Amino acid sequence: MVAEKSTAPRARWTHVDGVAKLELSGDWLQGGMAPDVQGEAAQTPPSEYVTTALGKFDSTLPAFLLAQLRDLNLEKATSMPSLSGLPPNLVGLMELALAVPEESDASSKPSAPSELKKLGKFSLRLVKSMRSIAEFTGQAMLSFGRFFRGKARFRSREFWHILQECGVNALPIVSLISFLIGLILAFVGNVQLASFGASLYVADLVGIAMVREMGVVMTAIIMSGRTGAAFAAQLGSMNANEEIDALRTFGFDPFDFLVLPRMLALILMMPLLTMYANLVGILGGMIVGAAVDIPPVLYWNETLQAVDLTNCFLGVFKSVFFGVIIAMCGCLHGMHAGNSSAAVGEATTRAVVASITGIIILDSAFAAIFTILDI
Amino acid sequence: MIRVRDLTMAYGSFTVMHDLNFEIAEKDIFVIMGGSGCGKSTLLRHLVGLREPAKGEVFYHGENFTTTPLDQRGEFIRRFGVMYQSGALWSSLTLAENIAMPLEENTQLSAKAIQELVSYKLALVGLSGYDDYYPAQISGGMNKRAGIARAMALDPEILFLDEPGAGLDPLSSRRLDDLILRLRDSLGSTVVIVTHELASIFAIANNSIFLDTATRTQGAIGNPTHLRDHSENPTVRNFLRRGEAETPATSPQA
Repeated sequence: MVAEKSTAPRARWTHVDGVAKLELSGDWLQGGMAPDVQGEAAQTPPSEYVTTALGKFDSTLPAFLLAQLRDLNLEKATSMPSLSGLPPNLVGLMELALAVPEESDASSKPSAPSELKKLGKFSLRLVKSMRSIAEFTGQAMLSFGRFFRGKARFRSREFWHILQECGVNALPIVSLISFLIGLILAFVGNVQLASFGASLYVADLVGIAMVREMGVVMTAIIMSGRTGAAFAAQLGSMNANEEIDALRTFGFDPFDFLVLPRMLALILMMPLLTMYANLVGILGGMIVGAAVDIPPVLYWNETLQAVDLTNCFLGVFKSVFFGVIIAMCGCLHGMHAGNSSAAVGEATTRAVVASITGIIILDSAFAAIFTILDI
Repeated sequence: MIRVRDLTMAYGSFTVMHDLNFEIAEKDIFVIMGGSGCGKSTLLRHLVGLREPAKGEVFYHGENFTTTPLDQRGEFIRRFGVMYQSGALWSSLTLAENIAMPLEENTQLSAKAIQELVSYKLALVGLSGYDDYYPAQISGGMNKRAGIARAMALDPEILFLDEPGAGLDPLSSRRLDDLILRLRDSLGSTVVIVTHELASIFAIANNSIFLDTATRTQGAIGNPTHLRDHSENPTVRNFLRRGEAETPATSPQA
């Protein structure tokens, strides 16, 4: 097929005896050139169009004409501007486009807010989110109260399923990460300690670091990314799909039904996962030890000497609180998500960011408290 | 049996509809109609207590639902069956489990009795044999029908249906209308439907309310066929005639 040669689109305003005319010529095509506008645009809509030289056209032409007419800021009250002279199919399209006047309120042009306004909005949002956190915590307390009085209703099958999801199913990733963390700690520690000829103390270093900090913090971070995100996404899409409303109208308390089993599951599983992570981390250290000629038996004995029960307990104690934070952040952001798929994604992101931040902040608070208490 | 007095609905400072007053009698098929975005679903959510009115009250059998505290609304809610716009089946449960859950949690029935009830309800909406499918595995129309089956699980006095026909092909929509009529006749439930599908409205409704977007209040109340021909409100007549010119009802449809 031979490409047809198209002529440049051109528009020319003419004013004869106070009557404005708009001459249109050439081919108005999306792949073509930009239109060449000549003459002075009139203050009123052209009373006539001259289209004798008009070639082919697609949406570009009506779009151009509509923009010209809109630029004139027609009063809403004025009747349909004259379209005489336009080809009939173009008249039809223009009539359709002009049928409903532009809604000036609906215009989404962003009017740049002042800095003060932005600050105000930011503070209001902050207050609102604080309030929703407080409200959520209160509801969680009430829900636990009902649970301990045996009044909370949720499905035990669902609970076992969640328990498996955030317990057993998390084992592989927790194993891998804690093993590697133990390995890294041992490597780094050994380089330093070997220069003092104190290689054996690698066992102390790895043991105490894993049990007090690394085991529990790494587990908590893995669980925020894995389970916290899953909670937010599940509850968020249930919310978007009106499933949570459906629970309400069947007389189920969505909080007891959805949030309570998730919190319970994490509170139960976090300590177990933490203890497991500690063991695997020490195993990782032991393997590095074996590589630098510390016999595993010796390494194990040294670890037992260094790590007492108090140390062990501290990590496990913290893990319960971290479990609460992960479950709260996941469920809170999930339940408050908007009604679209984008909102669910946003809620998930916010849940993970919030829970990791919360975990690190709480962990530093714990570190300070334990130092003061000299544990 | 349902009475709404001076109901004003608002999202924050934005008033959706104000001063709605209407009554729904027992065994009515009551349609809430109006243009898109006029607050039909919002009204339904007010009726079932998912949103609180900015002003006004809702009564069931003369008892004030709005002033009843949330934790004491169980008595009311137990009499409702609600089907949501999207079906809103619980996506982690199969169809059978979806219908069984309200029964398991709210009644003392044996597992076998529940199983039988579930198959019966699924059979009523023409979904026999789909017990073990998950909501994601079946079509939109089937989701809606399963939603109705779940809404009927506890044999409610009042069925609330949010756009049951939207997104269905004309035949399925027609079958759904038949289903609703039959259920009303045989179970004696009152049905409240949100819809803007004229064919359905004329086929099943015997009472209706028209929500007018322009005035932000009710445009008319009454039997839709009667409203189409005799309403004093031109917007209502226009809506019920799809904006087509008024022709005498006796003229031949050539």
